[in-house]
Amino acid sequence: MAISEPVVVSQSGAADRLARTWAQPRGFWGWFQNVHHTAIGVRFMVTSFIFFLLGGVLAAMMRWQLVRPEHNAIGPDLYNQLFTVHGSTMIFLFAVPMMFQGFGVYVVPHMCGTRNIAFPRLNAFSYYIYVVGALLLWVGLFLKTGADAGWFAYVPLSGPEFTPGKRSDFWAQMITFTEVSALGVAICITTTILRYRAPGMTLNRMPILLWEKLVTSIMVIFAMPSVMVVSSMLLMDRTINTQFFNPSVGGDVLLYQHLFWFFGHPEVYIIFLPATAIVSTVVAVFARRHIFGYVPIVTSVVATGFLGFSVWVHHMFATGLPQMSASFFTAASLMIVIPTAVQFYCWMATIWHGRLQLKLPMLWIFGFFFVFLIGGLSGVMLASVPLDWQVHDTFFVVAHFHYVLIGGALFPMFGGMYFWIPKITGRMMNDRLGKIHFWLFFVGFNLTFFTMHFLGLHGMPRRVYTYTPEMRWGALNLLATIGVVFMTAGILVFIANFFQSKATGRFAGPNPWGAGSLEWATPSPPPHYNFLELPTVNGREALWEAEPNQPIVGGVREDIPEVLVTNTLDSEPEYRDELPGPSIWPFLTAIAVSIAFIWSIFSPWGIAYGAIPVVITLIGWLWPRGHSPSPRVPEPALEARWIR
Amino acid sequence: MRNHVSIAMTILLLLNITACKREERQLRPDPNASQTLNTVQVSGLNPGANSISSPPPAGQYEESAYAVSQGKTLYNQYNCVGCHANGGGGIGPPLMDNNWIYGSEPGNVFATIMQGRPNGMPSFRNRIPEYQAWEIAAYVRSMSGLLPKDVAPSRSDQLYVKPAEQSMPYQAPAGVTGEPEEKK
Amino acid sequence: MIGFSRVPLLAAGVFASYPGDHSILHPAGPQASNIEWLYWVIFWIVFVVYVVVVLGFMRAGARTYTSADEMLPIMKDEAGDRRASWAVGSAITITVLTLFAVLVMSEITGKKVEGETSKNPVTIQVIGHQWWWEVIYPDPQADQTVTTANEIHVPVGKRVVILTNSADVIHSFWAPSINGKRDLLPGYSSAFWLQIDQPGVYHGQCAEFCGLQHAHMGFSIVAEREDAFSQWKAQQLKPAQDPTELVTVHGRDVFLSHACVMCHTIRGTDAGSRLGPDLTHIGSRQMIAAETLPNTPGALAGWIVDPQRIKPGNRMSPNPLQPDDLQALITYLQTLK
Repeated sequence: MAISEPVVVSQSGAADRLARTWAQPRGFWGWFQNVHHTAIGVRFMVTSFIFFLLGGVLAAMMRWQLVRPEHNAIGPDLYNQLFTVHGSTMIFLFAVPMMFQGFGVYVVPHMCGTRNIAFPRLNAFSYYIYVVGALLLWVGLFLKTGADAGWFAYVPLSGPEFTPGKRSDFWAQMITFTEVSALGVAICITTTILRYRAPGMTLNRMPILLWEKLVTSIMVIFAMPSVMVVSSMLLMDRTINTQFFNPSVGGDVLLYQHLFWFFGHPEVYIIFLPATAIVSTVVAVFARRHIFGYVPIVTSVVATGFLGFSVWVHHMFATGLPQMSASFFTAASLMIVIPTAVQFYCWMATIWHGRLQLKLPMLWIFGFFFVFLIGGLSGVMLASVPLDWQVHDTFFVVAHFHYVLIGGALFPMFGGMYFWIPKITGRMMNDRLGKIHFWLFFVGFNLTFFTMHFLGLHGMPRRVYTYTPEMRWGALNLLATIGVVFMTAGILVFIANFFQSKATGRFAGPNPWGAGSLEWATPSPPPHYNFLELPTVNGREALWEAEPNQPIVGGVREDIPEVLVTNTLDSEPEYRDELPGPSIWPFLTAIAVSIAFIWSIFSPWGIAYGAIPVVITLIGWLWPRGHSPSPRVPEPALEARWIR
Repeated sequence: MRNHVSIAMTILLLLNITACKREERQLRPDPNASQTLNTVQVSGLNPGANSISSPPPAGQYEESAYAVSQGKTLYNQYNCVGCHANGGGGIGPPLMDNNWIYGSEPGNVFATIMQGRPNGMPSFRNRIPEYQAWEIAAYVRSMSGLLPKDVAPSRSDQLYVKPAEQSMPYQAPAGVTGEPEEKK
Repeated sequence: MIGFSRVPLLAAGVFASYPGDHSILHPAGPQASNIEWLYWVIFWIVFVVYVVVVLGFMRAGARTYTSADEMLPIMKDEAGDRRASWAVGSAITITVLTLFAVLVMSEITGKKVEGETSKNPVTIQVIGHQWWWEVIYPDPQADQTVTTANEIHVPVGKRVVILTNSADVIHSFWAPSINGKRDLLPGYSSAFWLQIDQPGVYHGQCAEFCGLQHAHMGFSIVAEREDAFSQWKAQQLKPAQDPTELVTVHGRDVFLSHACVMCHTIRGTDAGSRLGPDLTHIGSRQMIAAETLPNTPGALAGWIVDPQRIKPGNRMSPNPLQPDDLQALITYLQTLK
C-alpha cells in the first residue's frame, strides 16, 4: 500500500487566509501572547531539557563527592540540597514536563488532525506556571534556601521543627506550581483527544500514542490533587500551626507517606506511559508495519493506568505494615508487571514479523528494551516484601529507579527526539553523531548505575554524603563516578548535533520516516494552521491506509480560528468551535497566581490578598470575546471533496 | 543566545553571593570563639540598669532561622522549660511578655544566661558554650515577636502548648521601668 | 564481588576490628538467610527472563534487519501474526505463572522471617535520635534496666525483639547481615525480630534520611555466647567505677565542671542528662560517635574538642579544653569499662 502524500489543495489563497487567521504575534510581548500548541510544546521541551541539564550537573556534583571515602568536597548541608533538588528537578521539572507536557502538547493535536489544542490559553498558562515553579526551586538553591529533605520530603524531617527556615516551603510551593501546570495540560489533552479527532478516527482507530496520552492525562487528574493536598498540609503545618503530622497531638507521620505515594507511584507511570507511547509509535514505523496486538496494547495501557493507583504502599514496606497490607500490595505490584510485559511481547512480535530498519530513533528504542528491562526486573525483586526490607532505601533502589526512569523514559525520549525533531525544525539530525551519542550514553549509564546494584547489596544506604573507608564501597563508587563522564560526553554530542543540524541539516520534508500518523501529513516545520485541509482517517495508521482521494473536511471557516468538534466514540462531526486567539491574559494570570503562591510561603495572608489580582486577571481572561462565531447548530461538516 | 546564558549565570552567581541570611547555617562554630566571653559588656546587677549594645556575634544568630531553631531545641533540652515553661514562666519569670527585667537586647539575655541572676537563675558559664547561649538568647527574644516572622521558629513537633513563635505578635520591650525601648 | 571477612571472636569478648559484616549476601541469622535465599531464587528467575527476552529482541531484529536507506513500503504478515498470537499468548501465560510463583515465594519467606518469634525473647528498645541510637534493655525491675548507646549486644542463637521508636524524625534500623530494615517512626512502636547464629560483630546503619549526619549514624550488633552476654549485661548495670588515681579524679572533675554534664549521663556521678548517649561504660565500646570513629584516645580527643569537624551539624558542641584537662578527661573516660 503506497504512502499517501498530503492532498494538494487546488483552491488558491486558502494557505494565506489560514496563515493570517492562525498567526501568532511576534516580538517581545508577542512571545507572551502565543497560544499555539506547537510553540507551547516546544517551550515545554526546551525548558525541561535545560532543567534536565541542570539536574544532571547536580548529579555529577554528587557523584564527585562520593568518588572516594571521606571525601570533603561537599559538606552535608549542600549535599542534602543537591540530592533533593536533583530528584525534584528530574521528576517535577523534567520528566513530566518533557514526556507528558512537551511531547503531548506538540504531537497530540497534530495526531488528532486538528488545528490547535483544546483550551489554548489554559495550555499557555500551564507553561508559565511551570516556569515560575521551576525557577522557585532553583533560585532557592542559589539563595541557600534549596529544599534539603529529599525529593519526597518525609515529615517530621521536612516539618516545622526539623527544617528551619523556608526550605521545605519553597519545595512545597514548587509542587503546587508544577502540579497546577500538569493539571492544566491534562485537561487540554483529554479534551483534544476525546473531542477534536479527525472524522473517521474512532476510538478503535486511535493511534496508540493518543491512547497513552489520554490515560496519562486521566492519571494526572486523579494523582496530582493528592500531592497538592499533602504539600499544602506540610506548608500549613509549617506556617499556620496546624498539627496534621504532629504525633504528640494526634497527627500521623505515616499519613504524609500515604498521601504522597498515592501520587508518587502514579507519577512514575505518568512518566512511563508517554515513553511507551513513543516506543509503540517508533516500533511500528521502523518495522514497516502496523503494530502487532493493538487491542492488547491499548488494554495494557488502560490497565496500567488503573493498577498504577493500587500499588503505592510498596514504597512503605519497611514501616511495619500489617501483613495483609504487605501481601496485597506485593500482589498488586507484581500484577502491574503484566501489562508492561504484554507490551514488550507485542513489540517483539512487531519486529519479528516486520522488516526492521534500524534508523537512529529505533536504536534508542532497542536501548530502551535492554535497559528498561533490567529496571523492570529489579522492580520485581523490590515488589517482594522480604527482599524489599533488605534493599529499600539503599543504592539498589537508586539503581532500580534510574534504570526504569532513564531506561524507560530517557531512552525513548531521545528516540522520540531524533524521530520528531525533523518535523519540528524541518531538518534531519546527523546520523553519525546520533550513534556516538547513543553508545556514549549507553556505556556511561550502565557503568554508573549497574554498579549501584552491588553497592546496595553490600549495605550502602541512600542519601549519604560520605562513607568510611572500612565499608569498602570506594571502588564501586569510583566506577560509578567514571560513568558520569561518558554520559556527559554523550549529551554534549547530542546538543552539538541539535544545533548543527538545525542550521545545516538535510531538509526533512513532510514524512522522512514514511510514518503513518497524521502529524506527518504536514510540512516540516508545520505552519500554525497545522493542516491546509483537515484530514479524515480510514484506519489505525492514517497515512498508510489513506485512499488516493481521501476525503477532507470542508466547511470549517478559515477567517476565524475554528476547529471541528467530533463525537467521542465514533468521531462523527458534531459542530464547529471557535478557539481563542493570542492573548496576554494567560501570562498575566500566571503572574498573579505566582504572586499569591509565593507570598503565601512567607505569610498566610498571601492567599487572601493575593487572590485579588488573580480574580482580576481571571476576569480579563474570561471576558466574553468580541465577535461571535457562527451559530452552533449541528451541521454535517464533512464533504467529500474529490481533488484531482 | 550566548548573551542570555551569560546574563543568567551572572544573576545566579550574584544571588549566591548575597544569598539568604535566613538560611545561613553555621555548622562548625569556631572552637576558639568561646574564649570571647570577657569581651561582652554586661549590665549592672540591679534591675532596670542601662541596656547595652549587642556585640557583633548576636547579629548572625538572629538572622539565621537555623540558629534560632537550634535555640528553641536547646531551650527545651537544657530544661529552661523547668522554670520558665514555654515562655509563660512559673518558678521563673515569663519570657514571652514585654517585661524585660535585665534588658531585652541579645547581649542582655546572653549575659543573663551566662552569669545567672539573683533569685534562682543559675549561671551556665562553662556549661553552655557561648554560641549556644547566643542561639538561646535569640530564641528567647523571638518568644515575644521581636524577630522577623520568617526567621522565628515554627511550631514544634511536641505537645501543642502555644502557637509558634512566628505567629506571636510583636511586643515592644518595656523593661521594668515601663518605658518602651526602641523597636529593633 | 567485594567480599568481607568475618571478625574472629576472642574468648574475653574483645573484638579485633570494626565495623563488622554488613552485606545482604553474608547472612548471619535465620531472617537474613531466608531473605538471601529468596534473593537468589528471584535473581536467577529474572536473569533467565532477561536473557530470553534480550535474545528474543536480538533475534527479532536480526532476522528482519534490512540496511536499506530509503524507508521501505509497509508490509503485512498475517500468517506470521497468527503464529505470533500464539507465542505472545504463551509468553503472557508463562509471565503470569512466574509472577505468581514469585508472589508465593515472597509470601512464604515473609512468613518465615516474621515468624521467628518467641515467648521469651531478649527485649531491646531502640530509640532513634538525630544522629545516634539509644539502646535500652528494659526490665520489669527498674534497677535491672540497661541503658547504652550505638552498640547492641545479643546472645548468639536466641530470639531478640527490638521495640522501635524515635525521638525526633524517621530513622531506619538496618543491619544487612541480620535482617531487613524497620523504620523508626515517631508516634509508632513496632516489634522487630532478629536472631544471630554466628558470633561476631555486625555493622548496621540508619537507612532513612534523617538530616545532616544521616551518613554517620551507624551502630553495631555484637553477638556473643550466652555467658559473655550475661557478663556484659551485668557489667553495664554497674555504675561507673569511682576514680582512684589523681589523673582520673581530675578527669571526672573536668567532666562535671564543663558542658559535658548538660547532655551526658555517667551513673555514679552527678551527671544525669539524657540528651546524648549514656557514657557510663563508654570505655567498653569499640567505636564512638555512632560508629564513626574508633574508641582510641586520639580519636576521642579529636571528637571531644571538635565534633563538628567530624560530623558537621550534629548536636555536640565543640569543647576547647586545656591540654591537661583533655588528657585527664580521656584517661577517665577510658576507665569507664
